[in-house]
Amino acid sequence: MSEMRRVTAICNGTVIDHIPAGRATQLVRMLGLDSGRSNPISMVMNVPSNKQGRKDVLKIEDRELSQVELDRVAIIAPHASVAIIRNYSVAEKRQISLGEELVDIARCSFSNCITTDPREPMPSRIRVISSEPLDMRCAYCGRSQDLDSVIENLL
Amino acid sequence: MGRVAFYTSIRRPEDALSDVIIRRSSARYTPFGEWGRNMAVKRSETAGENGMNDLITMHDMTKEDVITLLDEAEKLLPIARGEGHQPLLQGKVLANLFYEPSTRTRMSFETAMKRLGGSVLNLGALASSSVAKGETLFDTMQMINGYADVAVLRHPRQGAAQYSADAVNIPVINAGDGAGHHPTQTLLDLFTIRTCHGRLENLEVVLVGDLRYGRTVHSLADALARFGARLKFISPASLSMPTELIDDLREAGADVSEDTDLYSHIDSADVIYMTRIQKERFADEEEYQKVAGIYRLQRSDLSGAKSSMIIMHPLPRVSEIAADVDSTEHAKYFEQAFYGVVSRMALLCRMLDVDVKEALV
Repeated sequence: MSEMRRVTAICNGTVIDHIPAGRATQLVRMLGLDSGRSNPISMVMNVPSNKQGRKDVLKIEDRELSQVELDRVAIIAPHASVAIIRNYSVAEKRQISLGEELVDIARCSFSNCITTDPREPMPSRIRVISSEPLDMRCAYCGRSQDLDSVIENLL
Repeated sequence: MGRVAFYTSIRRPEDALSDVIIRRSSARYTPFGEWGRNMAVKRSETAGENGMNDLITMHDMTKEDVITLLDEAEKLLPIARGEGHQPLLQGKVLANLFYEPSTRTRMSFETAMKRLGGSVLNLGALASSSVAKGETLFDTMQMINGYADVAVLRHPRQGAAQYSADAVNIPVINAGDGAGHHPTQTLLDLFTIRTCHGRLENLEVVLVGDLRYGRTVHSLADALARFGARLKFISPASLSMPTELIDDLREAGADVSEDTDLYSHIDSADVIYMTRIQKERFADEEEYQKVAGIYRLQRSDLSGAKSSMIIMHPLPRVSEIAADVDSTEHAKYFEQAFYGVVSRMALLCRMLDVDVKEALV
């Protein structure tokens, strides 16, 4: 149980724990952390977990993720636990949940869907039919959207 | 084992964009300010007591809705035949928005509206409308929202009908979106079957031809399954019913079977629903030629059929029903096209909140 801590504790920021093993890189893309931010980010992958065998952990320094961003986390890691860290201690635990609909998060992956016309102004809407197994469909054309295509078509 | 930390902060050329992206996603739920709020209101508040908001797929109607609508359509038969005038929709305006060719659907909506005293706007040839100037569907719909009381839309892109319905307050009827749905065809098909057989329950229905891409057969199969039909899907292997659809039908408890041979199923059928192998869906001519003309119903094939068996076709036909079938008692496809008028009359009344039963006592 005295597993050595692999990553230093962060002073301020957000820690996302219990990410399904191997999904942390997808999560980084989903949150747009791989572009545009210069905060230090620590990623731990495939470490043993009592709860789920193996897990990934993401620590984002000096940044508190907004609720909207946490909604995105739920697509990839619906059971992740999120803690906001201030001055080395957990200031808040945030609940995440997968909503009924993802609005303007990703474009529909079906090339003949009306929403793939970039000039059409209505928001992209992807409906979550079930979270486990994950079943998402475009609210307009009805086509199924898998997780990979959602990540590929992030807006 | 010491501490291992990964620092994965990478700078990329698109860095400048990320703030925009984040701001955009946090502004969701009211994408168009006041307009957006109005749209969100639509679904819950603008429908009348009996009125439907939109008809996009057959899932917008319950089995009971369908039965009521067919009853109402039956009451409207004399008006559709031109016997007696009932201006139930006087002063109402329908907008026909056809971004793809259509004969029967567009004209039957038009005649349905006119027989009931309403009037019709047509988008006209795309080349002469602002669509040719690059107007978005959203913008066109905003105008139609101000010009008409109900809109009928056919569009080459899937999801266009739902998109339009979300964009405006007037009811929108889907008259075909890409390879998606065509619910008013299903309504007239059901009306035809019920009129000829006197019931929708417990019929053996054989659906033939292009079952992969044919949007009419998908929603018809789905609707018939709700009435407990035995469904037989006859197609070449390359054009078989999508497996998801068959799974859905089986899950819903439907009696479903598949075959490539049509002729052994003729004698037990109550309904044979022929469809055209759609040339425009094939990438190359050779593939099309392999399956074109594979099913061809002739008068001589029908000698063992039940006398009550009916042959239907959404039309246009190519070679799948020979002309010598037209004069048999089984041929119902032209009658079926006429029933498009009554079923659409009933639908328009429903959409525009006119109670047919009350109006026609």
